[in-house]
Amino acid sequence: MTTLDHEKPELSAKGGVGSDRLFRWAVLGAALMVLIILALILVTTANEAMPAFSESGLGLITGQRWAPSDPHSPIYGALTFIYGTALTSVIALIIAVPVSIGIALFLTELAPRWLRTPAVTVIDLLAAVPSVVFGLVGVLVIAPGIVPVYSWLHDVLGGVPLLGSLFGEPSSNGRSFATAGLILAIMVIPIITSIGREVFSTVPAADKQAAYALGATRWEMIKGAVFPHSFGGLVGGTMLGLGRAMGETIAVALIIGASTQITPNVFDSGNTMASVIVLEWGESSGVHTAALIAIGVLLFAMTIIINVAARVIVRRAEIRMKGAASS
Amino acid sequence: MTVTTPNAAAAPRTAPDLSRHSLPLGRRFRDRFATVLIAAALLVAIVPLGVVVYEVITRGGSAMSLDFLTADIPHDYRAFGPGMGPAITGTLLITGLAALIAIPLGVLGAIYLNEYGKQSPLARFIRTMADVMTGVPSIMMGLFIYVMWVENVETKSGFAGSLALACLMLPIVIRSSEEMLRLVPDELRQASAALGARKWRTTLTVVLPSAISGITSGSLLAIARAAGETAPIVVTVGLAFLSNPDLINGGNTTLAAQIFRNATQPFAASTQRAWGAALTLVVIVLLFTIIARFVASRFATKEH
Repeated sequence: MTTLDHEKPELSAKGGVGSDRLFRWAVLGAALMVLIILALILVTTANEAMPAFSESGLGLITGQRWAPSDPHSPIYGALTFIYGTALTSVIALIIAVPVSIGIALFLTELAPRWLRTPAVTVIDLLAAVPSVVFGLVGVLVIAPGIVPVYSWLHDVLGGVPLLGSLFGEPSSNGRSFATAGLILAIMVIPIITSIGREVFSTVPAADKQAAYALGATRWEMIKGAVFPHSFGGLVGGTMLGLGRAMGETIAVALIIGASTQITPNVFDSGNTMASVIVLEWGESSGVHTAALIAIGVLLFAMTIIINVAARVIVRRAEIRMKGAASS
Repeated sequence: MTVTTPNAAAAPRTAPDLSRHSLPLGRRFRDRFATVLIAAALLVAIVPLGVVVYEVITRGGSAMSLDFLTADIPHDYRAFGPGMGPAITGTLLITGLAALIAIPLGVLGAIYLNEYGKQSPLARFIRTMADVMTGVPSIMMGLFIYVMWVENVETKSGFAGSLALACLMLPIVIRSSEEMLRLVPDELRQASAALGARKWRTTLTVVLPSAISGITSGSLLAIARAAGETAPIVVTVGLAFLSNPDLINGGNTTLAAQIFRNATQPFAASTQRAWGAALTLVVIVLLFTIIARFVASRFATKEH
């Protein structure tokens, strides 16, 4: 391709060298917008959040009390929201990871050809539904409908020591960490599934055939040939899902019940970092707004770290896989 | 997977039974069990999709009418009756302007990555950061534009929403367009260069047209995703009950923002409007998705 740039003077095209150079700068500028925007997000929002950081210091991260409307000494401690984000994301991943791996295996190893396209369409549609619609269905249909299930789980598991504290008394309207995690799981499944399909389809056919030749059943083939090859990619995909679950705002804001508390009871209401921003945005001003933006900056930093790590892991897994396939 | 029967000629006289039935019961059961679980996983994905589609169609359908699509939004959440017209125009205008900003920029960026940068360290870094940018929570784009634009011009507006949505769309357009540009065979570029065309001319008149269907399809999917975004709109666009075609001045509203606002109210009337808005939004998003698929499949063979 480098030969394209090589021109003899008598063959030079219309427009001169300047037009080429101009175009090159234009496309470079467009590509650099990605870096510029990311840098600007970090700098401008961090700058805007400074009043909150200087007001509360490290207490913004470690403080449990969030009392922004106190007229004399408002307190901004976001630990409850960090806890809510972590808990809902973990619940989402516990549900979504096995299901996504199952779907990806179904699509790559199990499904007959005629079923593959409709099955992929289902996953694509799941990814296309706007998150606010999931939130609407979650808060008006699923949350009220799921309370009996929570009560039953509470009755069965509530008495077990240690584990029982997770399954406490459910909130009356069903808005809770668990419901938010459930809806998040549905939104995360398409992401993990698509990465899972990618890594499963790069498993060398020779390995699979070798497993079968040794007399393995399909499940033994998957365990022995597919999983060892795809572990890294699956970890990366899971982290991408985690990033999505942590950043999801609107659906969680509708479903989680908006209360500021740290409780092990997954059937109780709470709040997350992203949802508290959007829920309190309208009535906030001054330092309160700065504190909300500060929570956003924290969330941004966390998701960036997770996403970068996930991309690196996925890419490394892909390179290793391609190496294995070609050797 | 079928168990291949051994070649009769090469097989020993007492050929072992290699059929499924000779497997130990435990292994056979585990294989069966895993197969059922894997198939059940797909069911787990189908059920929520079915619930969402069913609820949105039945509940949204009862609120739907021609009036609903055109009338203004009632000021009182408790008042029954139609009205999502301003939200529909708002959705289309704000998303449309976002597309006008993000798609040209994204396609140019993709041209840099695939035609100029290739595997250079800078291009690879930009590629990774574009992937990372798709993972940035949408609320952050809202906060960013709020700090960058809304605080400086001191008014929430549809334009601010467009900027936020454009930030969300940009990395998606870049990555999907780059995938499509990569599919264009090198022979086309070389043929164009051999005819004496400059590189920018080759890119714009040869490479881009042969990848245009894929780029269009990817861009439409980005539009569909942006149309359903709520968090950045809530933060930057403000509020409106009447149609506001002026995106620069004054608040605006979108379907997604209206669903959120109405769903947080405990009144039956607002809930009903939320369902109607949800049905409208889902139809708009699906329309873009279907058109994207159609464009992709209809013109997919153009390169060959």
